[in-house]
Amino acid sequence: MDIPYTVEPRPDTGLYNAKLGIWLFLASEVMLFGALFSSYILLRTSDPNWYHADLNVPMATLNTMFLITSSVTVVLAWASLRLNNYAKFKLYGILTFLLATAFMVVKGFEYNSEFTHGLYPATNNFMAVYFTMTGLHGLHVLGGMIVIAYLLGPGAKMWNTAPERFTNRVETFGLYWHFVDLVWIFLFPALYLL
Amino acid sequence: MSGHSPDEIHQEVRKYFMVFGALAVLTGVTVGVSYLDLTSGLAITLAMIIATVKGSLVAGYFMHLLDEKKLIYSILLLTLAFFVVLMGLPAGTIADTTGEPIHGAAPASPAEH
Repeated sequence: MDIPYTVEPRPDTGLYNAKLGIWLFLASEVMLFGALFSSYILLRTSDPNWYHADLNVPMATLNTMFLITSSVTVVLAWASLRLNNYAKFKLYGILTFLLATAFMVVKGFEYNSEFTHGLYPATNNFMAVYFTMTGLHGLHVLGGMIVIAYLLGPGAKMWNTAPERFTNRVETFGLYWHFVDLVWIFLFPALYLL
Repeated sequence: MSGHSPDEIHQEVRKYFMVFGALAVLTGVTVGVSYLDLTSGLAITLAMIIATVKGSLVAGYFMHLLDEKKLIYSILLLTLAFFVVLMGLPAGTIADTTGEPIHGAAPASPAEH
């Protein structure tokens, strides 16, 4: 049995099903990260002796640029498919994966330097918030890397059998990926700069 | 998504590059502002305004929310309402304790019973 509405929009929603699905998922993600932001505000505003570690701002700025650039490459990958240019999709997809890898490598260096300075999640409330939020965000980046690797690897076969459905899959992945970028846009100033 | 002709898609791509430029500049502005000697209230306000502008650019153009179906707007409106409540919870807690820190300084002297 075929899965319905993978390409054509469902008459009552006006959307193909995966798009509605990803937006519902992202809505739940807003609440997940929202709860952590809310906890951060509560802990910080109620503690007159709030400890704030001097984190590595240049590294985090570099990581911000990596994520913003990867948002562009993923949207270009999708545009390439809509223009029937599979080779360019592959190029932009690989670039997205590499930028995500670069983000994780930089994050790894940051964590490593924090650990060597004796800063662990149990050190204080700020470090607990920092590791929880960046850790959860990092897991999202990792999840995105697995999906784009699938879309570039075994999942790419769908381009030959159902190109429109494949294009929609890439769009859906893109929406998730932009959300991960969006979360970082708020995490960066909230944890590193303020 | 409305544009489907190759010309329209190429036009979208140009917009993506412009948004990328704006995001890069705003990232620089965020970092620059953080080095100014601002009061913490002003620094937080400025940083959150810039982050909101950047987030709106990502959501509006990359996630093409500027041109989306009504159902998605409804879902996001509901999400926004819950999100605002969530962000308001800490304020409620502070009001409840009339500004007393809920942790930090230990009580001056334990009650004797």
